[in-house]
Amino acid sequence: MPQDELQSGDLSHRFDYAAAFTAGLLDPDRAPPDAVSGPNGKAAVKRYAVYRNNVTVSLIDALTASFPATLRITGPDFFRAMARFHVRETPPTSPLLFEYGRDFPDFIERYDYARPMPWLADVARLERAWLDAYHAADAEPLASAALASIPPERLADTVFVPHPATRATRSRFPVVTIFAANRRNGPVGRIEADRPEDALVTRPGLEVFVRHLPPGGAAFLDRLMAGEPLGAAAGAALAERAEFDLAANIAGLLQASAFTAAHQGG
Amino acid sequence: MNGLAPASRISKTSRFPAHPIAGLAGTSFKHEHLHAILGDGPKDGFFEVHAENYMGAGGPPHDALASIRRDYPVSLHGVCMSIGGPRPLDKAHLGRFKALVDRYEPALVSEHLAWSTHDTTYYNDLLPLPYTPATVSRVADHIDEMQETIGRPILLENPSTYVLFAESTMSETDFIGALVQRTGCGLLLDVNNVFVSATNHGYSALSYLADFPLAHVGEIHLAGHAEQADDEGDLLLIDSHDGPVADAVWKLFDIVIGRCGPLPTLIEWDSNIPDWPVLKAEAAAAQAILDNHADIHHVFGKAHAAG
Amino acid sequence: MSTISTVSAAFLAGAVATALASFAAAAPLSEAEAKAAMDAGKEKCFGVALKGQNDCAAGPGTTCQGTSTVDYQGNAWKFVDGGTCTTMDLPGDRKGSLTALSRDVPS
Repeated sequence: MPQDELQSGDLSHRFDYAAAFTAGLLDPDRAPPDAVSGPNGKAAVKRYAVYRNNVTVSLIDALTASFPATLRITGPDFFRAMARFHVRETPPTSPLLFEYGRDFPDFIERYDYARPMPWLADVARLERAWLDAYHAADAEPLASAALASIPPERLADTVFVPHPATRATRSRFPVVTIFAANRRNGPVGRIEADRPEDALVTRPGLEVFVRHLPPGGAAFLDRLMAGEPLGAAAGAALAERAEFDLAANIAGLLQASAFTAAHQGG
Repeated sequence: MNGLAPASRISKTSRFPAHPIAGLAGTSFKHEHLHAILGDGPKDGFFEVHAENYMGAGGPPHDALASIRRDYPVSLHGVCMSIGGPRPLDKAHLGRFKALVDRYEPALVSEHLAWSTHDTTYYNDLLPLPYTPATVSRVADHIDEMQETIGRPILLENPSTYVLFAESTMSETDFIGALVQRTGCGLLLDVNNVFVSATNHGYSALSYLADFPLAHVGEIHLAGHAEQADDEGDLLLIDSHDGPVADAVWKLFDIVIGRCGPLPTLIEWDSNIPDWPVLKAEAAAAQAILDNHADIHHVFGKAHAAG
Repeated sequence: MSTISTVSAAFLAGAVATALASFAAAAPLSEAEAKAAMDAGKEKCFGVALKGQNDCAAGPGTTCQGTSTVDYQGNAWKFVDGGTCTTMDLPGDRKGSLTALSRDVPS
């Protein structure tokens, strides 16, 4: 087996070109690897820099593509500087670029120069949720008739199956409003930044939808998505927010196609 | 997580028409062109996609690719299998690749003579490797594994490179020839890559082509490149895929097709992507050259493309 | 953490019945809010580039972002001028501009 051969020591020295080549790819302070040169003894500084540049710029580009509202809020120069730190600190581990950037919101939260924009990390979290919904598996949403067919006495134990695209994000800031204003071209009006907003992301067909969740809605949905039955989820939401409106939330989640199935308990 | 079509859903019955690809020019498929293609696409032609962009579970990418695949032959081009890397192939990635081959029944399947993952880091670039008997053996094992997994031969693409490895003992063409002998794979000849590497390393593109195992070529790539300078101030070409095909590359393409017959030929355009009519016109220019040589090579060309 | 651990069956049944009856009309957010969010949050399924695409092209050769050793962080505040962040009002009249940086970040 190739693995055994690779790890058997005596052959592995033949295959260390990748370790030598990658050592300086994300670290421009390092010299090009000794193993490479230009033709006829030409130097390899600028030549190796092509690879170095490709890696960093393409990964920054991937983040700009996945976080367009975050980019618009900060402007491209700030964003690319911030993204470059993240690329060097946390390069991707998956070859699928649409998976990259899962750690970026947390990085933004820690990034000193983003601290005057405390909502920025939550906007990035919502953008990451949007991208997950975009690529999520296709599934037929729960029909209201299926819920209607459950006997009233079984509702408390009914468990909902979330649609693969469904995501909820919570924020102390008006992330849905900020996201909405910055995911399109056109002017951005003044936004009061101290209003909390929770977001619901769904994709019933091919289009991703982002909605506000009403008070208690995120607690309710989180519990349902974790597999808790309807009665317990409703109780938890009421405990968190007394004004939680159960009927409105069920209607809203159905309309948003947040679920694919409801299984009655018992 | 697994949103790709499970094997049980893939019957012997094809889900898509078997559009022939022989002798056709095609383009990269970009989602922003989907509407234009469905409205004003080529009568004949094909589209190539980067496999990794369709490895999500569902949603608009698969919907778009399915609608293209219904009307056209599709070429599935992998960009990060790391066939040229020293480490074992990523089994999960191989599985995703196989699922795509099963799901979309592409006319062509290809990967690069390069690597992009090392240990746990994905570098998102096509990185170079030393050409030695030891790496022939390693890369051949990887090609064998990929071909066995997907159940069909792949086309291996020659790279654009900017550096040379001191430990290389073989020419790139000998290296590629040895891989063909060992694995039975076909080749994707990227004529722009030939021109870029020849310029960067100071050899003749024509002599590279003379040494290249042209009989095994199943697809051609054409693309634009950018110009920079190396440490000595000499021209260093970058495989940028961001503009029209250079005149010198068109000339080389004409020579290759004169020798090989009309092979499926792709215009690659991956950044600064133009409006669809620009890309369509570039493909039409390639088609004209293919058609020019079609009469002489008609039967020969078809035999090639089928392999 | 929850002080209300149970919800009566009758309450649940009533809520579900109300939800189903009002399904077509009732959304838990105002029309205007829904429209604003959806207009922006949804993108047309066609005509929009995929996010985070894998390409086999080399990066733009003329930029030096991959090779620069310059630390952008020290003057990063200048870059925010191109963004929309100044349109967000923070409590205490702080604007989302990095002009507030000097008092936010310990030096």
